Amino acid sequence: MGRLVCPRCGYENKENALYCNLCGHIFRYEGKRRKLQRLQTRRSFYDEIERNKRKSYFLMMLFGFLVVVLGYLIGQVWGLGYYGVVIAGVIALVMLLVSYYRGDEVVLGLSRAKRVYYEDDPRLFNVVEEMKIAAGLPTLPKIYIIEDTAPNAFATGRDPWHASIAVTRGLLNKLNREELQGVIAHEISHIRNYDIRFAMIAGILLGVVAMISDAFLRSMFYGRRKRKVSVKGQGGVVILVIAILAAILAPIFAKLLQMAISRKREFLADASAVELTRNPRGLANALRKIASDPEPLEVANRATQHLYIVNPVKKIGMKAKSLFSTHPPTEARIRILESMVV
Amino acid sequence: MGTVVALVILGAIVLWMAASYNGLVRLRNQVKNAWYQIDVQLKRRYDLIPNLVETVKDYMSYEQETLEKVIKARNMAINASGAKKQAEAENMLTGALKSLFAVVERYPELKSNENVQRLMEELTATENKISFARQFYNDSVYRYNTRIQVVPTNIIASMFNFKPQEFFEAPGEEREAVRVDLR
Repeated sequence: MGRLVCPRCGYENKENALYCNLCGHIFRYEGKRRKLQRLQTRRSFYDEIERNKRKSYFLMMLFGFLVVVLGYLIGQVWGLGYYGVVIAGVIALVMLLVSYYRGDEVVLGLSRAKRVYYEDDPRLFNVVEEMKIAAGLPTLPKIYIIEDTAPNAFATGRDPWHASIAVTRGLLNKLNREELQGVIAHEISHIRNYDIRFAMIAGILLGVVAMISDAFLRSMFYGRRKRKVSVKGQGGVVILVIAILAAILAPIFAKLLQMAISRKREFLADASAVELTRNPRGLANALRKIASDPEPLEVANRATQHLYIVNPVKKIGMKAKSLFSTHPPTEARIRILESMVV
Repeated sequence: MGTVVALVILGAIVLWMAASYNGLVRLRNQVKNAWYQIDVQLKRRYDLIPNLVETVKDYMSYEQETLEKVIKARNMAINASGAKKQAEAENMLTGALKSLFAVVERYPELKSNENVQRLMEELTATENKISFARQFYNDSVYRYNTRIQVVPTNIIASMFNFKPQEFFEAPGEEREAVRVDLR
């Protein structure tokens, strides 16, 4: 028959595929027949921005829902009633406050980033200031350099008034001005879209889910004290079973949600970067250069990988859409960028 | 019971109206601010050019003419009065700077000189900042105009007389294709 061409990124999939293997776009079907969609060779970045915002908010709502359901179920089993949800909420709030106010210092320290000033690199400062003007940021983000020859960059900061951007020495040496501007635009977009805050919330929700599930399962199978389990006949047992199942599956599901959110925000940052520079090619070329650079980023590890512009831990050329990956495949990102019309 | 519900609904509507109004005010002020930010960048360019040209005068002694053209255009722009004359003077300054860039391209020893490189970087950055400031102004106008036209905020907008703003337009001469002189 033929290959199914993805209308978003142009990748050729198996016919009857449910979603695009490269960029994750879900294909529309009318009953059993595939509804043919012509390749949208020119999309505006405004469309991409809207679609990614919508999807990430939906996923976040799902996440909140998951926490509420889990808290309720476990609360039922423990006889806490609605207090289960309240306790979950309180734990989440405390964790949120701690990482909100001290989070970026930790991350910058972990990555051995060094604060720099205008004289250290006028070109870098000018590029960042240009993007600050285009984005309408209230103040210039703090700028850091990581002394590593692998090209990469990340942004951190809870809101545009308290933002920092870090780039590696490798990035400064290997990219030209246009490409550097694309990367900085992407990072500034993360700041402007409050992505760091978004990711923090998702991470904390995940932590809460994991903690609650863990505590609950522990109490079920290693319980020393007598737990006040309200098992009222048939109904109580059913709830118990559901709660145990939920406790086992919830952390996995939460992780998947978190990764899906992260991927959507990456696409969003790419589209927002184009909104700033009005030049998709700069970022596309930069992504190519970064992804094909063989050097590993020494300071990166699993804890900080999600912050960087291209995942420094996973290998490049990864085509299959991995549900556990924080970033979309670089090839999909490049294709979507190059199909954008300004 | 019925009156409580009615009051809650009324309260929600009032809150929404207040929030919409405030949002419109913020967007309109952002447009105004963005407009003056363009002037900030233009002024920065005026202040920067003489200093930068001074630093490279010795290295570019054989291209004095180009440098003088830049200084002259800059002085004209700073003294121009009235929006139209200012726009024309701005165009001339941009043109003079473009010839300066072309000159530097032509002499490799010049291009590799550190001071000249710094000059070029600063001038490029200044030109970029002006255009990004204009871009941000247009983006702000776009957001504001859209907000006052879509439902439901258009109700509030017409109630409180929010008018659409104008986009920044490049004056006619700038729209013509740039002629590259490869002499």
